[in-house]
Amino acid sequence: MTEDTKTMKTLDVWVAGTEEPEFAPTDEGAQEISIDESGPRLDEQLGRVVEDDYVFDDDADADERMILNMGPQHPSTHGVLRLQIELEGEIIRRTKPIIGYLHTGMEKTAEQLNFSQGGTNVTRMDYLSPFHNELAYSLAVERLLGIDVPPRAAAIRVLLTELNRVSSHLVALATNGMDIGAISMMIYGFRDREQILAFFEKTTGLRMNHNFIRPGGVAADLPPGWKDDVSEIVDGLPRRLQQYDDLLENNPIWVARTKGVGVISAEEAATYGITGPTLRSTGVDWDIRKTFPYSGIEQYEFEVAVGENGDVYDRYRIRMDEIAESLKIIEQVMDTIPKGDYRVDDRKVTPPPRARIDESMEALIHHFKLFTEGYKVPAGETYVAVESPRGELGCYLVSDGGANPYRMHTRAPSFYNLQALPIAMADSLMADTVATIASLDPVMGDVDR
Amino acid sequence: MTDETRSELEEAVPEEEVVERPLPENPVLRDLFAAFEDVEWVSSRGQDVARVPKQRWSEFGSAARAAGYEVCADVTAVDWMRQRPDRFEVVANLLSMQHRLRLRIITTASREDPTVASLVPIWPGANFPEREAYDMFGIEFEGHPDLTRILMPDEWEGHPLRKDFGVGSVPVQFKESHKVS
Repeated sequence: MTEDTKTMKTLDVWVAGTEEPEFAPTDEGAQEISIDESGPRLDEQLGRVVEDDYVFDDDADADERMILNMGPQHPSTHGVLRLQIELEGEIIRRTKPIIGYLHTGMEKTAEQLNFSQGGTNVTRMDYLSPFHNELAYSLAVERLLGIDVPPRAAAIRVLLTELNRVSSHLVALATNGMDIGAISMMIYGFRDREQILAFFEKTTGLRMNHNFIRPGGVAADLPPGWKDDVSEIVDGLPRRLQQYDDLLENNPIWVARTKGVGVISAEEAATYGITGPTLRSTGVDWDIRKTFPYSGIEQYEFEVAVGENGDVYDRYRIRMDEIAESLKIIEQVMDTIPKGDYRVDDRKVTPPPRARIDESMEALIHHFKLFTEGYKVPAGETYVAVESPRGELGCYLVSDGGANPYRMHTRAPSFYNLQALPIAMADSLMADTVATIASLDPVMGDVDR
Repeated sequence: MTDETRSELEEAVPEEEVVERPLPENPVLRDLFAAFEDVEWVSSRGQDVARVPKQRWSEFGSAARAAGYEVCADVTAVDWMRQRPDRFEVVANLLSMQHRLRLRIITTASREDPTVASLVPIWPGANFPEREAYDMFGIEFEGHPDLTRILMPDEWEGHPLRKDFGVGSVPVQFKESHKVS
């Protein structure tokens, strides 16, 4: 027998059961099943390092694998989000979020507007929580200017942003309910939000896009009778929240479709820059209101709602709890709101009062100059973050000493939270997609800016 | 020269050379900065800023991550046109949840060679913001897994947030508009 025929023989067709086993079975290797705790491997296992090691399987049947486009006009993508989903049967293997359909160049627009006009621009980014956008922007401008707002202005800011958090979470609950099929939740959520928006309209003149929180304070004092309106919200909402909780919590379909769905681990959340309720649902006790307080929010007592499993259900639970906590803050603001001015007494930033304009030519000129040229902000750069209903909303502001921002960048929480979507949806069922998207609560105006 | 004068000179010279390098007070930050001689620490209105040379961007990022900055909260860029010798600044905001600290790291990139090492191998979350900075400023992040446009259409020409990109003077580009007849 030559060498060639020998090798040929080993390549013979394999028939089960005919060959002798090459190795006797041992229990060697059984211990390797336990977690490999060497540094790089552990990092990978805990999700600190994520490697996209996906290899396209050419042998897979074309019938088994398909790429599905979801959106940008799909009603459950919360706007114009497009997802490219690679499916194997009904299991999602890969997801790619494609964004930019709502991009309107607001960061470029911000460079064309002066500092006092900038609020009208940023308030349109995250249209479900406009006050938080205005607050982050105003805090950044104030930090560059080196001014502190009066206590009453800070309290009004806290009141409005916390009310805004309630209204935004109500929309999140409503749309989350609707996506899973709890249509009544949609009607109730929007009904309650409307009550809050009515108060916003009374205060600011607009239901959304208020431009009410401005650098130097707020645009106006709270309207007469505001305490009645707010106490109506604060008194009525907890009872109704309990009803919604009963409606959803005791609904076996709701629980089955949310528990254990769209799971994100704490490590993944940190590495992907995920913040807000999505981060807290993974068990991380992180709230910028507690860790880097702003606008005197540290004076008020409230708890940070934290979940444990990082699934859709925990995010729902956290939003419910956060509404209750926000209502607690609002009650405290109502009790303790100080008297005083609602904007800073700095004529460089604040226009002269209306009465002065009638009697003083200089005041009129000053008023005119402030609203045409704007005020100059000292050169410098700063980053200020607030806790928006969706997470860390930051404003990176660069001034070159002029009246317009040299650069205004918004760290949009939804933009980063969308990065979690491929992780949360990997190897899950196609039917869970809408539940997962809704639980991240992305606002496309915030994502695309 | 006598021994006395020589020893006097030797004593005098080091005293002049030693310039107190400003370092932050926080021990975590101080250790991080002490390991990097060429990274400058600046306090910008009470916020800690690190000015990192471009070659050490990735290295400093890894060290910051090891020092406890587990979140890269934001990556963006600033176009300084002719106001500064290097046209672009790349800015990353880091966040340490365990130490409750923030740190902003800034590096520069020139007009001719706007390349900066990517932070994605260190923080996977830098993926989207770096794509945005590429889209808006044309900054090339070396080592980024998928450096494509994210907000603008793929066929878009130019980088909108550059200061030489005009406002209102650009004809509206529609995606694949040439195919529509």
